[in-house]
Amino acid sequence: MSFLSISQVSKSFGGPPVVDRVDLEVQRGEFFSLLGPSGCGKTTLLRMIAGFEPPESGAIAIDGEAMNHVPPHLRPTNMVFQSYAIFPHLNVFDNIAYGLRKLKLPKQTLRARVEAMLATVRLEGLGTRAADQLSGGQRQRVALARALVREPKILLLDEPLGALDKRLRETMQLELRALQRQVGITFVLVTHDQEEALSLSDRVAVMEGGRILQVASPRDLYERPSSRAVADFIGEINFFHATVREIGGETATVNAGLLGIVTLPRANLAAGIKTGDHILLAIRPEHVRFASDGVAGDIAAATFLGERSHIHVSIAGRSDPISISASGAPATGPVHLAFPPEKLMGLPAGD
Amino acid sequence: MKNRALFSYALAYLAFLYVPVLVLPVFSFNNSEFIAFPLSGFTTRWYGALAGDTAMQHALGNSLKVGLVTALLSTLLGLTAAKAVTHYRLRGAGAALGFISLPLFIPDIVLGISLLLLLGASGLPLSLAAVVLGHMLVCVPFALTVLIARFEGFDRNLEEASADLGEDGWMTFWRVTLPLMLPGIVASLLLTFITSFDEFLVAYFLSGTEATLPIYIWGQLRFPERLPMVLALGAIILTASVGLVVLAEYIRNLGVKKPMVGA
Repeated sequence: MSFLSISQVSKSFGGPPVVDRVDLEVQRGEFFSLLGPSGCGKTTLLRMIAGFEPPESGAIAIDGEAMNHVPPHLRPTNMVFQSYAIFPHLNVFDNIAYGLRKLKLPKQTLRARVEAMLATVRLEGLGTRAADQLSGGQRQRVALARALVREPKILLLDEPLGALDKRLRETMQLELRALQRQVGITFVLVTHDQEEALSLSDRVAVMEGGRILQVASPRDLYERPSSRAVADFIGEINFFHATVREIGGETATVNAGLLGIVTLPRANLAAGIKTGDHILLAIRPEHVRFASDGVAGDIAAATFLGERSHIHVSIAGRSDPISISASGAPATGPVHLAFPPEKLMGLPAGD
Repeated sequence: MKNRALFSYALAYLAFLYVPVLVLPVFSFNNSEFIAFPLSGFTTRWYGALAGDTAMQHALGNSLKVGLVTALLSTLLGLTAAKAVTHYRLRGAGAALGFISLPLFIPDIVLGISLLLLLGASGLPLSLAAVVLGHMLVCVPFALTVLIARFEGFDRNLEEASADLGEDGWMTFWRVTLPLMLPGIVASLLLTFITSFDEFLVAYFLSGTEATLPIYIWGQLRFPERLPMVLALGAIILTASVGLVVLAEYIRNLGVKKPMVGA
């Protein structure tokens, strides 16, 4: 049994399902992300784990204990809210100490524990600062400290970096990851920012329309997406329609139209694809190569980004240009493109 | 040049607003039974006379009682209504708010007469309790307005955060909701109290034999020799009212979030 176990959980708020028969297993000590566009149900799922929304069906268990009838104030979870929800009438110290009242700690112990937490989130000496005199980054740290000081079994984070500007967000991402390793608590993070999910997490669940499309490590999600939706959502990608001609022991042969007949490793095909299936071949922009011989095309647009360039190549017989990410400055004019078969992924076309 | 004209206009406007009010305290210290210029010397004897006037003190007691009960009940009703309107999506919330606020726009004399008829028809006696009910019609909208404004500035996540941090509904109310709502509640109590305390028409119709202070003052105007005493009483009420309203405004704005820098 895993640490956080969600089985067949649904929620609809009286309309179409917002969370639809979700199954999820999160391990102890894991940094887990729920990734998806807004309205995909990820925040609702997080709020059900926290206990703010009761699931309409299904079960949630934490560390082997059923949570369905446990109210939020008795759950072993703590949450960092998107708005941070810092108590405006309390200073930093009292905000962090808020959740410790029930422990009835001696004054000295309480003080020591809050001070230690202040140090952990690097807010030393700011204990007496009023809540309305904190910067965005400081508010985020107070929210983190207030939740972590209770030593929850699971820390829930609802888009915690969304309100910060880009540079601060990148700094906080590094800190958040380091903090999670330091405290060893299971983190479940909700975000719509795929970079954030990929850079922070041990594993990511991609959600859409209330369902989980795929759960995998960031690397597998990028290199082995299980569906078009996941491939599309995580980074940029090029798709080609193709038909499976033959599946052998180690390889598979597909007819890929513009690309001709391609033989690729069988492992590159998503599970469940059979001979004769109509599929999508997908390739990341950084895997497309310029070659002396291959598919002919013209550079339609190029953006120089410093280390790399984004290049759009239009080819005859195809409406979408091919996205290519190449190192160095872009060239112009007619080019030939090569698509290394070992980098082509076969996905079901059905979705 | 233009600025100077505007400045004198502003001065004239302020004078128009406040000179009539200031006449009251000025004559309350005037050593003469006749309310006329020139002033004839400083005295505090009208205030002294007030101290020995038991009928006045009884009326004052009535007004305080009515004001306190009205303020408590109106604020309680306003609080629950404001919470419902701001926290839940209710069907007909707009209409309900409109109907609650409507008595503000009904002339007090109409309100007074209709309540008088209603009491008569239902066989209930005229009493201070009836005055309280009448005043609540006018005070609940005030309470509601003040409290809704306060609730709207209230992040609902704060109550959830409190629950998340281990506090049940009751402790969340004590540790988060009440402290954050308190300025609004106090402001509402003060405003509704003042409204009730100063109200004349409804009380005149409904109070029966128990006079409230404004009714007592009205009665005293029949005796010219008591007029300076009424002025002294008026001056005291004026000072207290202004003080309470200023206090209410000050408290209402306490702890209102200032725009955050660098967030």
